[in-house]
Amino acid sequence: MKTNGKKIVLMGNPNVGKSVLFYRLTGVHVIASNYPGTTVGYTKGYLTIPSDITVSPESRFQPGERVEVIDAPGVYSLEPASRADEVAVEMVKSADLVINVVDSTNLERNLCLTLQILESGVPAMVALNLWDETEHLGIKIDPEELEEMLGVPVVPTVGVTGEGIRHLVEHLNDARSASHPPRTRDERWPEMGRIVSSCQILTHHHHTFLQRLSDLSVKPWTGLPIAAAVLVASFIIIRFIGESLIGYIAEPLFENLYAPILYKLSALLGPGSILHSILIGHLIDGQIDFIQSFGVLTTGLFVPIGMVLPYIISFYLILSFLEDFGYLPRVAVLMDGLMHKVGLHGYAIIPTLLGLGCNVPAVMGTRILESKKERFIAATLISIGVPCAALQAMIFGLVGERGGRYVAIVYFTLFIVWLILGFIMSKAVKGYSPELIIEIPHYRIPPLGPFLKKLRVRISGFLKEALPIILIGVLVINLLYAIGIFTFLANLTAPIVTRLWGLPRESIVAILIGFLRKDVAVGMLAPLNLTSNQLVVACTVLSMFFPCIATFTILLKELGIKDMLKSAAIMIIVATMTGTILNLILSA
Amino acid sequence: MSKNSIVSLAKLDTNRSGKVVKFTAGPGLVRRLEEMGIRAGKRITKISGMPLRGPVVIQVGGTRIALGHGMAMKVMVELSASR
Repeated sequence: MKTNGKKIVLMGNPNVGKSVLFYRLTGVHVIASNYPGTTVGYTKGYLTIPSDITVSPESRFQPGERVEVIDAPGVYSLEPASRADEVAVEMVKSADLVINVVDSTNLERNLCLTLQILESGVPAMVALNLWDETEHLGIKIDPEELEEMLGVPVVPTVGVTGEGIRHLVEHLNDARSASHPPRTRDERWPEMGRIVSSCQILTHHHHTFLQRLSDLSVKPWTGLPIAAAVLVASFIIIRFIGESLIGYIAEPLFENLYAPILYKLSALLGPGSILHSILIGHLIDGQIDFIQSFGVLTTGLFVPIGMVLPYIISFYLILSFLEDFGYLPRVAVLMDGLMHKVGLHGYAIIPTLLGLGCNVPAVMGTRILESKKERFIAATLISIGVPCAALQAMIFGLVGERGGRYVAIVYFTLFIVWLILGFIMSKAVKGYSPELIIEIPHYRIPPLGPFLKKLRVRISGFLKEALPIILIGVLVINLLYAIGIFTFLANLTAPIVTRLWGLPRESIVAILIGFLRKDVAVGMLAPLNLTSNQLVVACTVLSMFFPCIATFTILLKELGIKDMLKSAAIMIIVATMTGTILNLILSA
Repeated sequence: MSKNSIVSLAKLDTNRSGKVVKFTAGPGLVRRLEEMGIRAGKRITKISGMPLRGPVVIQVGGTRIALGHGMAMKVMVELSASR
């Protein structure tokens, strides 16, 4: 298949459905959500021009050709305001064709970017996306009239159903550089008004239930109780689904189907042999214990699949629903006051919530914040105080057995650290913290297909990222144990671990392994026979001490080496202090 | 309230509308607001104002926008004569 070297860039305001349209064009799935700023980097895909469209020999795109398509982050203007914006603006410069994706329910505002794109002289066309939502909002747009006025092709589309996509592709060759003269901003506004008044008619419509709910969820006296209810309901549902998947599916599968095979293998290898201790691990009273045995095939598989995966599924089910429904920006409004206390603004709550799933996309998500100061604070706070779903699943599994109050202590401590550290950083870190300014999207019932697709991408993402690291990790840990490196490290760090944190010296191994993966690390605490208080201290320190290697890499990328080292130093110091204080309080 | 009183968005009562008349902000912020659809002459309805100098949510055209209290103080609106 030949690639013709040409590049199509999808551009538009935030949250107009570019990523869904991108998926429709290329088949490449990008995480799309119902809030501005979901896409902070760009994704590349390829569109094959269908062989049955009619073209002339000099057409830009010939049937059968593969064309590169780029999904750019949403921007309001070609004059960038944040790092995500800059990425998008760079994209336009290198484009052979821009598809300007427009939110049909917000035509006038979207036209600002449209005019800027047309003024830049790049060949362009317009996709009037979210076309299906115009009707119930009482909006009537005449695409032909709009096409006439803009001078480039205009095609109504519905990303989530795929309506209009074929039409869009057929008109790619009609895209052209409209001869719009460069305008000043003051010239642009009246032009936008003129265009809208001649091709759009607004009729009165009754407020729908979702619109009323939309307003209620940002008003203080109704919004806060709604947020509390959403939080509690999410927590209950996540636990219920997670526990059910573990209790009814994961554990029976491991205990009844998988364990018998392992026992045969164990007898075959002979307990005590090196291969046995690597693959099966130690037998506890002659039995395989999926948490404590610590072999590659026992604990190495049980932790990611039997303990963590069920929670990954249930967490992302709820998070994806809240994202696609459009709830998260409302949380940003409600939490703005609190977030200002830690040097951020309300919108930083979105990467923070993503961090409860995985810190990697969360740290990347901090790009939606405008200033360097905010990005540093947000990335550091996420790495230190926001436990990922894998870590949480293990904390629930292990600490939960000792009683809910111990789990609560871990969470409460992390929250207090997050708050105090954020407060200190907001005063100490140089730079400015701008104010919140975001568009609040309409509520939308998530269409089932894309919703499930997104869930699948996230779950398989976890399996692809986590499973190899865990399996190799368990292998390496067993080897390192065998050569005695861990005993050496344990003796070296004993003063901190035993005196300050009140933990047995062996627990340093788990805390260090946290650098690899936190879920496995918590699992390593299981055989140490810790008291409940020790377990609380160990889990808290483990959560905070250092990001896992995946997060570490992304921190390096997002913050640069200098700030990443600062951030890491903060984590180590704060984790050491917190462990000490917690130990003092709990043993008092 | 008199017919032509001008207040900031921060002071505007919830559920009331007005017409944007001017900004007391710097050019960078004005540009941002204008790009998002908050421009002189536009009719704006205040949907919500969070307590303790929290953000203000407004509706302009088909869009709802949340903006920080400090920004809301810099957007001046002329109250409509009656509800």
